[in-house]
Amino acid sequence: MSSELISNNFRMDKLPHIWCPGCGHGIIMRSLAKAIDNLKLDKSKVCVVSGIGCSSRAPGYMDFNTLHTTHGRALAFATGIKLANPDLEVIVITGDGDCSAIGGNHLIHASRRNIGITTILFNNNIYGMTGGQYSPTTPNKSYGTTAPFGNIDKPFDICKLADAAGATYVARGTAYHANQLIKIIEKSIQNNGFSLVDAISVCPTYYGRKNKKGSSVDMLNEIKDMTIDIKTAEKLPLDKYKDKLLIGEFKNTEQPEYTAEYQKIINRFKKER
Amino acid sequence: MMGNREVRLMQGNEACVEGALAAGMRFYAGYPITPSTEIAEICAQKLPLVGGKFIQMEDEIAGMAATIGGSLAGLKSMTATSGPGFSLKQENIGYAALTETPCVVVNVQRYGPSTGLPTSPAQGDIMQAKWGTHGDHPVIALSPTSVRETFDLTIKAFNLSEKYRLPVFLMLDEIVGHMREKIEIPNKEDIEIFNRLKPEKDSSEYKAYEIKENEFVPRMAAFGDGFKFHVTGLMHDESGFPTNDSQISDKLLRRIMSKVDDNVDDIVMYEEEFMDDAELVVLAYGGTYRSARSAVKEARRLGYKVGLFKPLTLWPSPDKKIKDLNEKTGKILVAELNLGQYFSEVERIVSDKSSLYKLCKVTGEAITPNEILTKIREVL
Amino acid sequence: MSAKELKVKIEWCKGCGICVAFCPKNVLELANEKINIKDKDSCIKCGQCELRCPDYAIYLEVLDDGK
Repeated sequence: MSSELISNNFRMDKLPHIWCPGCGHGIIMRSLAKAIDNLKLDKSKVCVVSGIGCSSRAPGYMDFNTLHTTHGRALAFATGIKLANPDLEVIVITGDGDCSAIGGNHLIHASRRNIGITTILFNNNIYGMTGGQYSPTTPNKSYGTTAPFGNIDKPFDICKLADAAGATYVARGTAYHANQLIKIIEKSIQNNGFSLVDAISVCPTYYGRKNKKGSSVDMLNEIKDMTIDIKTAEKLPLDKYKDKLLIGEFKNTEQPEYTAEYQKIINRFKKER
Repeated sequence: MMGNREVRLMQGNEACVEGALAAGMRFYAGYPITPSTEIAEICAQKLPLVGGKFIQMEDEIAGMAATIGGSLAGLKSMTATSGPGFSLKQENIGYAALTETPCVVVNVQRYGPSTGLPTSPAQGDIMQAKWGTHGDHPVIALSPTSVRETFDLTIKAFNLSEKYRLPVFLMLDEIVGHMREKIEIPNKEDIEIFNRLKPEKDSSEYKAYEIKENEFVPRMAAFGDGFKFHVTGLMHDESGFPTNDSQISDKLLRRIMSKVDDNVDDIVMYEEEFMDDAELVVLAYGGTYRSARSAVKEARRLGYKVGLFKPLTLWPSPDKKIKDLNEKTGKILVAELNLGQYFSEVERIVSDKSSLYKLCKVTGEAITPNEILTKIREVL
Repeated sequence: MSAKELKVKIEWCKGCGICVAFCPKNVLELANEKINIKDKDSCIKCGQCELRCPDYAIYLEVLDDGK
């Protein structure tokens, strides 16, 4: 037996998943399923697309139309799917390396086009599948197997990146704040345009061990301590929260959606025919 | 009804789009690159008129990915590129091969490697078409020699991709792509179209990679058809889900290879001319074939016993036919715009290597009829 | 509100201890590296365990009440 949420939205014969004990990805994947369930979407019209990495194994467990593509390219595949059939609710699951390193170009341009795709970034600050190399979201001075002397790179704020590139819905949630994350994902799916949800995960096996972060529980508690909701922060002087990571909804605007704009071109010629 | 047929003057690249539209292409994703750009431009103009979709992606890799995405969502999809872009597309071409996603990839070949001579013709990507992506994978590559053949072979490329569920390469070169000729467009009812087989609507137990009895490719549902299935670039079982099982992996890879290996006679197309009494046969494809034909005609006028062979399918190669040519005729001269790529394939096929000759040119210019004629005289 | 009951799917539990740590009523423990309900009576059915269990091994089952 399992909960109704799980048995109604997952491929039960594929569970338990491959992720390590305490991996935050399971919490985020459940939050996504819960959001889809709450919105009562037609499951046969939901298409979940991923790239390569720990995060990208998620679609294999989820009982929808699912596509596990090549490293970094989920958004490019998803763009083809969404344009070919705009009736599909296209959701991309990606990781920090997949989305912002090898796939960074596709993130920028999917944001710019404002194509109706919801991207859930399972952000664990590390390349987990390959064993703990630093990623574009690994904090400065943190350790990875390829940053043995401390990371000298500066990390991306992927929310700011997506915002600047033109995404119309941008938010950050966390595996700790799972109830809030569910609400954020619901709204990101409802947005008629490109949505980016930076979902902060925890990787106790690689990031945690290498950086002496303790257990998964310790890492989730650290998320609680290091984050502040943007609505709370807005009421405080900057020095009260300048070292904290902002979470919550950063942007929710309306702009023309790409596939709808393309349909207008098609319709123009329909009238002429 | 000759009178009804449309006669037009057009470029090879334009004929490619016309052929694709006639074949039912309704999705194009690509990135601009010389000398293939006209294909994207014409698709951008024509696809919305028939309710189809065009998108210019942010890079070549994305162009290939979106093309596969379009096909998985149920539309016949195409992309076009040239050497550097063909290199960038290779990983996702392998993805299409393993996931058995039909699509057409046009490569209007230019001089390389690297940026090379972007506006100059070459036929240097013949081996890349066969071996470009990692791992064993089935390959079909077609090579037209004229504007009309470009129209016909583009349709053929779509039909083969839909029938065998794999990416099919249309290997143009700058000569054929940019050449303008008068072509007569066949009537719609005279064009044979093959559409991918779909699972029956009520089959609740759809397994995305199951082979039905008396069939040799899995039936293909589109995302959104109502079947919730999984597609992955990992080795997978007939349900479509990943597996580490060595036996299942072995079976899958051998099966996708057999789609081409067991159907060579259905896939291979070639033409031959002037073969009676020939003592030497000139083998040429793409733009080079046109010079070869002039040269052979002139050689015949001069009394040389020369035949002409045109492989329209480069991959799989017409093994049996080439072996036969060698046994019946003896000498084979391969003329191509590279340093001997197809020649090495002919060398692989025939046992008597001493009967083989090559004419290779890499100046960035076409091989002239005169150069081929000179070589014919040398050999005979 | 339907009645709920705390359930465990032990074979999916990887013993990470998240549910134990975030249970506000100290209902749970790890026994032999797996989840164990040690004090069911104290459970207030808040669902914090289910919300954060990465492996879907603990959940509140909605009981068919009134039937």
